[in-house]
Amino acid sequence: MVLTPPPPAPEAAPPWWRDRRVIPWLVQAVVGLVVLLLIAFLLGNLIRNLTAAGLLLTWRWLSQPAGFDLGETIVPFDAGMPYWRGLLAGLANTLRAVLCGLVGATLLGSLAGMAAFSSNGLLRGLARVYVEVVRNIPLLLQLVFWYFVVFLALPNGAAALQLPGVVLAKSGLYLAGLGEGLRWQLPQLVNGVWQAPLRLSVEFAALLTGLIIYSGAFIAEVVRGGIAAVPKGQWEAASSLGLSWFTTLRQVVLPQSLRVIIPGLNTQYISLAKNSSLAVAVGFSDLYSVAETTLNQTGRAVEVYLILLGAYLGLDLLISALMNGLNRLVQIRER
Amino acid sequence: MRLLAPSLSIPLLLAGLLAGCAPEGGSGVQSAKLSAIQGRGKLICGVDGKLPGFSFVGPDGTYTGLDVDVCKAVAAAVFADPKKVEYRDLNSSERFAALASGEVDLLSRNTTMTLSRDAAGGNALSFAPTTFYDGQGVMTAKSSGITTLKALSGKPICVESGTTTELNLADRMRELNVPYTPLKFQTGDQTYAAYLGGRCVAVTSDRSQLAAKRTSFPNPAEHVLLPDVMSKEPLTPATVNADPLWADVVRWTVNTLFQAEELGITQANVAAKLAEAKANPKLADLRRFLGVEGDFGKQLGLPADFVPKVIAAVGNYGEVFDRNVGPQSPLKLDRGVNKQWKEGGLIYSPPFR
Repeated sequence: MVLTPPPPAPEAAPPWWRDRRVIPWLVQAVVGLVVLLLIAFLLGNLIRNLTAAGLLLTWRWLSQPAGFDLGETIVPFDAGMPYWRGLLAGLANTLRAVLCGLVGATLLGSLAGMAAFSSNGLLRGLARVYVEVVRNIPLLLQLVFWYFVVFLALPNGAAALQLPGVVLAKSGLYLAGLGEGLRWQLPQLVNGVWQAPLRLSVEFAALLTGLIIYSGAFIAEVVRGGIAAVPKGQWEAASSLGLSWFTTLRQVVLPQSLRVIIPGLNTQYISLAKNSSLAVAVGFSDLYSVAETTLNQTGRAVEVYLILLGAYLGLDLLISALMNGLNRLVQIRER
Repeated sequence: MRLLAPSLSIPLLLAGLLAGCAPEGGSGVQSAKLSAIQGRGKLICGVDGKLPGFSFVGPDGTYTGLDVDVCKAVAAAVFADPKKVEYRDLNSSERFAALASGEVDLLSRNTTMTLSRDAAGGNALSFAPTTFYDGQGVMTAKSSGITTLKALSGKPICVESGTTTELNLADRMRELNVPYTPLKFQTGDQTYAAYLGGRCVAVTSDRSQLAAKRTSFPNPAEHVLLPDVMSKEPLTPATVNADPLWADVVRWTVNTLFQAEELGITQANVAAKLAEAKANPKLADLRRFLGVEGDFGKQLGLPADFVPKVIAAVGNYGEVFDRNVGPQSPLKLDRGVNKQWKEGGLIYSPPFR
């Protein structure tokens, strides 16, 4: 007798755990649960051990008097003020260095990047040498070099380097500006000490020089890459219209290359903001330096580092958000 | 599943590592730290490494100095061998984190004992007896013509960040109502480089440290210490609060150095004294101290003869002082308050009883 196989059950639904629509969700849920458990375990471990070591997070110390002074601040600060004011003054100093650094490095980097396409061989060579030398030397080394070798070797007092409106001495960089009564005032020597409306300490000057020159080299490469990404035909078409080299660059090539440059710039700006924490090596009171002093005086390592992490993360996310906005502005609009 | 296994094992491994970070408990008779050190076969000692007289790496890579001798003494107490020490150079900002995390067993790095460093709510350290009583001073170039703190008004002063000197300077200047610009550096090297580079008119630190650093300046004679002493700086070896049994070992090793000087036991005569103590049962005090009688070593978890081993390794406190910072050293510091209590100083060991 031949048994014919029974006809397959018409569309018998498989059990739910074998349902192809459910399995992916099931896997995700299990993985998610494991991750959550792991985080809970780690947090629990952290809290348990911090409690055992008597280091459970507290923030009361923030409002206690700091007891230390800072060399230069734009936010007023003295030893009687609480720690949070000190950290704020440090953050303000960091922001000042980062902001000035961003502007300076962008200018220098753009010039060096454009110089790589110059018809002048010497200029091209110089741009190349600058990029290759600077980006292959660690930033810390460069900062220490600028500070201890260059700026601290400057003469002081009457022997300082003087240009019209600018004086560069060991004690700082003095610039002419609007002084008291909104009158234009030049730097002047009073009792062997320079006085001027605008004064940058050599620590700040060394940090800024180091950051600008270092980041400038990377930005030059980003700019060079952006310009190189514009097809050669664009140059040729512009020059066949009789446009000069500079006009071609400004009107035709740069607008197109910005789309390539800006994402790269974003990375460099973020690095610059993070690199500013090396200020501690040249005696500039930035956020990191103040935080380190605070950590030593209070012993609140975890809290201080959390503040530092939060501050640098916030700063970088802000830069990133601004640059992403800028990126959207320069993108090709599809019509 | 084969793919899943390694990816699962990584978080588990991480979790295991973190669980291993749990602080070592201080319960039980034997110190957890001491057991760990004995198991490892060497003591890890945090020092400065760049301060002549206290801890300095010589051209041949060996460490010398008063702070280093404390490390050697502790190693001699634990292992009967002063060479079983691994030194870690720490700057003033790193030192407490290195100690708290267990990276170093002992911090012997010209560290000032203060309430907030001692307290559990602060740095939670446990301090041994002070090995050098110091005070904060200010050094300036002779040519600057500055002789008082007031004359520093409006001038930049170099200071190492994360030190008590930084705070004392702020306090003292505020008290005197003298405005000044502090220039802070992370390491002593940077601080003194900036001072020598002429960026600061003066540099402030412990007076012993200033005197020590001055010996390595190009023209030591051109720099003078101002007469003002701004603070008390008891420089003291430290361990963590969490292991009081290990702190006891360090405390009594330092006391051994003090007591040996008081009893006139030196590196040269310790063997003779030991023989004398063994031969003469009437010298009870000496016999107890040298471990011939009683069980002081055992009570601390150390070998019975740790005292003679320590003295044979580094000598007594007077010898350690003279060799590293006193008349036999380039620093030529006076004993000052670091004399024995019988001579009117502050060096005093509680009785070995």
